[in-house]
Amino acid sequence: MADLINLIENWISNILLGWGLTESLAVFILQVLGSVLVVIVCFVIVIALIWVERKIAGRIQDRFGPNRAGPYGIFQSFADIIKIFTKEYISPVGAEKGLFNIAPVLAMFSVLAIWAVFPFAINVVGGDIHVGVLYIVAIGAFGILAILMAGWSSNNRYALLGASRSVAMLISYEIPMIISLLVPVLLAHSMKLSVIVEAQMPWNIFVAPLAALIFGISSMAEVGKAPFDLLEAESELVAGYHTEYSGMKFGMFYVAEFLHQFTVGALMAIFFLGGWTGPLAVRWPILGVFYFYGKTFFIYLVISWIRLSLPRIRIDQMLNLNWRFLIPVSFINLIAVAIADRVMLEFEIARWIYVVVMFLLNMLILVAALTIAERIEKAVERVEFSPRPVAVPPGKESK
Amino acid sequence: MLTNWVYIGVFLIVAVVVPLVAVLIPVFIAPKKPSTRKEEIYECGIETKGNIRIQFKSQYYIYALIFLIFDIETIFLFPWAVALGNLPLFAVVEGVIFIVILFAGLVYAMRKGVLAWS
Repeated sequence: MADLINLIENWISNILLGWGLTESLAVFILQVLGSVLVVIVCFVIVIALIWVERKIAGRIQDRFGPNRAGPYGIFQSFADIIKIFTKEYISPVGAEKGLFNIAPVLAMFSVLAIWAVFPFAINVVGGDIHVGVLYIVAIGAFGILAILMAGWSSNNRYALLGASRSVAMLISYEIPMIISLLVPVLLAHSMKLSVIVEAQMPWNIFVAPLAALIFGISSMAEVGKAPFDLLEAESELVAGYHTEYSGMKFGMFYVAEFLHQFTVGALMAIFFLGGWTGPLAVRWPILGVFYFYGKTFFIYLVISWIRLSLPRIRIDQMLNLNWRFLIPVSFINLIAVAIADRVMLEFEIARWIYVVVMFLLNMLILVAALTIAERIEKAVERVEFSPRPVAVPPGKESK
Repeated sequence: MLTNWVYIGVFLIVAVVVPLVAVLIPVFIAPKKPSTRKEEIYECGIETKGNIRIQFKSQYYIYALIFLIFDIETIFLFPWAVALGNLPLFAVVEGVIFIVILFAGLVYAMRKGVLAWS
């Protein structure tokens, strides 16, 4: 059996050409069908993901997840969707109507639009533009705008506070994300996502593990998953920026968060786990699609696992972690990888020596950074928590 | 090459239309019974008093400013990272000097204490 995807593509374009349409129009209609397919698949996957997340959350917390709605609770997501569709929209009095209604659509748009440049298999890539990585970074900034719009237009003091804190955190974590994304770009010498995927042998996680770690941490902070949970810390700020939303508008924020987590898994898979590559993926592109989604789902599970195991950290600890640890370490990592890559290219070192040297360099920087951070922490602790003189009642001073 | 950008344009339109349709469906099938009690601003059940627009904390502005500087720096680093294979060996040193200058700015900001959440 020849490749399934090319088979379907040729069949549809033959039908369209048979109807007498020009070549470019046939390609255009194929593109429309392809993009609608990707968007629908995203939505369907999110429905399954919500159920998986709730079941796993239940099991990790030593309880059953949803198990009433259908066998093993698999119809729970459908029940939730039907409920959300039939809830009433309540706008608070004095809210700015335009911004209030656009914000959830914009939040969903910013996550969906990232899926336009993903390579799913060897020649199955939608928009393979030369500046793929830059496009991803630019579109990701729309989500932050949507949060600010939601917080400001709700006419609610606490929503505005929550939105401001969220935006401060999100823009802070953009920088280590972008800098650690520069490392795969440097290793592949291109910003095209399909070139980055095909140039990974072995996978980038073995050549640049520190960049993968920094990208993973900052992406989890971008999504808002614990331990960087404070965007939805209900005990602190009611519900943050989406306090005043109800019904499907809130549903859009909720689905956008799950889809963002899944998209971060896809980005990790493309940049560090080799995208669609795997055994026999070149011969049969449909296997490439399976490998891609499989790796994405694996990262999604790892992020869920971390979220369900760690407590929340405070915002000043979070921002300290970013500005004092992640940004300097990611800069030093970038400098070291750039120097090592260029020097080894100059002397044309063999591939396996290159991989080993890069791996050791990354581990060296990680260990050095953690040691220095620990020393600084101990010094600070010694100053802050030294025993202070305490008043003792007379007669007990000898103790 | 242009067909790639056409795909992205089509995808952006689809990515706006599908959530918009999803948000507009409840307008037809959900109940609409507004009342003053329901439309009050939520403040854990207490009545809202005072100005809604609170005073903006200046710390947020400082974070945005420093983010802006580093964001522009990364924009400059992208072409350098892509072209590093074709440039002479000295280009690495030039790039590293650029990063170090801005890194010195970050260290200065950290020592001044502006990056701590007050």
